[in-house]
Amino acid sequence: MATRVHMEALSPTMEEGQVVRWLKGEGDAVAQGDILAEIETDKATMELVARGDGALRKILVGEGGTAPVGDVIAVIAPEGEDIAALLAGLGDGGGGEAGATAGPVAETAASSGTAVPVATPAQTGSPASSGTPAPIPGTTPAQPAAPTGRVKASPLAKRLAGELGLEIAAVQGTGPGGRVVKRDVEMAAAAAAAAPAVAAPAPAVAPVVPPGEEFADVPLSQMRKTVARRLTESLGPVPHFFLTVDVDMTRALAARARVNQILVAQGAKASVNDLVIKATAAALTHHPECNAWWQGSSIRVFNRVHMGVAVAVPDGLITPVVRDAHAKGLAQIGAEVREMAGRAREKKLQPHEYTGSTFSISNLGMFGIEEFTAVINPPEAGIIAVGAVEERAVVVKGEVVVQPRMRITMSCDHRVIDGAQGARFLATLKSFLEEPAAILI
Amino acid sequence: MAEMTYRDALNAAMCQEMDRDDSVFLMGEEVAEYDGAYKVSRGMLARYGDRRVVDSPISELGFAGLCIGAATTGLRPICEFMTFNFSFLALDQVINNAAKMFYMSNGHISVPIVFRGPTGAALQLSAQHSQACETYYVHAPGVKLVTPATPADAKGLLAAAIRDDDPVAVMEGELLYNVRGEVPDEEYVIPLGVADLKRSGGDVSIITHGKMVHVALQAATMLAREDIEADVLDLRSLRPLDMDAILETVARTNRVVYLEEGWPFAGVGAQIVALIQEEAFDDLDAPVMRVTQADVPMPYAKNLEQLAKPGARNVVEACKKVLYLPAGSS
Repeated sequence: MATRVHMEALSPTMEEGQVVRWLKGEGDAVAQGDILAEIETDKATMELVARGDGALRKILVGEGGTAPVGDVIAVIAPEGEDIAALLAGLGDGGGGEAGATAGPVAETAASSGTAVPVATPAQTGSPASSGTPAPIPGTTPAQPAAPTGRVKASPLAKRLAGELGLEIAAVQGTGPGGRVVKRDVEMAAAAAAAAPAVAAPAPAVAPVVPPGEEFADVPLSQMRKTVARRLTESLGPVPHFFLTVDVDMTRALAARARVNQILVAQGAKASVNDLVIKATAAALTHHPECNAWWQGSSIRVFNRVHMGVAVAVPDGLITPVVRDAHAKGLAQIGAEVREMAGRAREKKLQPHEYTGSTFSISNLGMFGIEEFTAVINPPEAGIIAVGAVEERAVVVKGEVVVQPRMRITMSCDHRVIDGAQGARFLATLKSFLEEPAAILI
Repeated sequence: MAEMTYRDALNAAMCQEMDRDDSVFLMGEEVAEYDGAYKVSRGMLARYGDRRVVDSPISELGFAGLCIGAATTGLRPICEFMTFNFSFLALDQVINNAAKMFYMSNGHISVPIVFRGPTGAALQLSAQHSQACETYYVHAPGVKLVTPATPADAKGLLAAAIRDDDPVAVMEGELLYNVRGEVPDEEYVIPLGVADLKRSGGDVSIITHGKMVHVALQAATMLAREDIEADVLDLRSLRPLDMDAILETVARTNRVVYLEEGWPFAGVGAQIVALIQEEAFDDLDAPVMRVTQADVPMPYAKNLEQLAKPGARNVVEACKKVLYLPAGSS
């Protein structure tokens, strides 16, 4: 069973490749998976992998030669199999088979976990921006060298290809009569990870939130889709990761004390948690990417902060929502939280009062908990877990001092928030708590 | 647990049921005075007397009809055929009476009969006495069919067959009578219609029934030496059929080889293959292959008989085909 060796799209923007070096010579034995040649692409020198077994019977493009993506550059076949007819057929069609030639050019980066910068797809006006998987540039699929466009594939292979988002017609089949079978689809999926996706022409990904709109739906970039799928597969429905900061609460406590002196006249009072809510809401306005919902095929980035505040109730937990927490003062936040918590314990909260939060806070400090990790309320992207304020010894400028410290652990949905983004938000939150005057800015 | 032969397991099942229920009796050629043509009914005449262990003339059509009649009056006959090859003479009684009586009487007349005996080839019994007879019994609706391959399965399935109110054919094998195996001490019954995964693998499913189970296990051992691990599913029961067990193994391995000692045309395997491709189409990575006897009457010559029978090597070859592996390598 002969296998055509194609010049494969080894990078998303590659249009042709140059053979730097053949690692196998004519007549050498070849097994599926062996590295056949080193190919220079528009980006780097990449390895071309054998997709069939047998011997390297014929090299059609020698070292130093170039070929457009899709062309047949060699033939693998078992020793003794007559390939004369196959070689003759390659002569007239330029080697391209209708549409389906570019080897395992997957339409999605099926299992790529590495950050492949696909964010700026071929801006050069090449065929890649035509809105369909690029027809192989340079070949007009006028005379397919192979008979018919019909793909022979086992039912299982078809199903797997569908699940993995692979075009079955683009998978080289190693079964009888060129039948595509399970192992071929699996190999193509693995190769697609090495050969990143032909970029679908996704619009630029920077979330531009028009002023005045409540939210903007940001379509997912290829990388975002890939990260989402891989992490979901490894960690369950919401892929959590956790970030912790330890905050010097000296100034925060002092600020709260001064605020309460003013509020006494109104008969109101603010708690430490109310201050944390305010600081968090303020920090989120500087980091809207953390104030978001995972929507499956897009991320909803909010302009306003509706803070879910976790409240323990007799048989569980509920999160009443302080709407527009970023725009409310400490007194109002405190009053709302206490009033809703009371009604929550009596099971008198209305649905609109405990849904619609864009971010959540859980505080177990009153139970003496130093630090804990909270579970995200889907579809929100993040939640912070606040511990108790405790006097702790810390080192400041080489000296041991005692400060009131509080640990905050943020749980992030990795489909929406990456490590650096979460870290930046937490750093801002910490800075607001360590210097509350910054919230006024 | 006790180790005993397949033959003794059958004997134990019959004695157990005859002790339990006075209406059970055994009839067949040589079953009484001779202790059974293959000694399966050894000691039973002495134990139960000649009203319950009855030698019949050499007249399959006659004594099958007699037993079927007895069954309709409330007795529970075990009708032994010296081999199922000979039962061809009785097929009119089996198919037209035993199988259809319940239906034709609108449920008024049950036929709680067991037909038992060896089926398939032994050694050099030649064309007329080496036939796998499952297909003839399993084709007409109305007869149940079990094919135990081990002593434990034999005892449990025969007991279940005797207790069943419908006609059940229990097909054994001369080459199985001496097979030894562990059998539970306590009374037990294996329900009809439940297959048994005799070996778990994951790379390929070998589905089979009857004495071919041992050939399948041999093939699995040969495949394991090449790092191919096979499931071996012993159907145990052809009617009713355990479709769930079949679908479960197909879903796991995506490739099936059916092994039977009968001929290929419209054999048991043909039915199983049809069902698999209807119900598990999307789980299949390869067509379902069958390994069967060659489509010839069984030769008498020793060497030709070996070639005509399906062997472990044939199974290994078929497994490699469905794995898309070159024959002769892994």
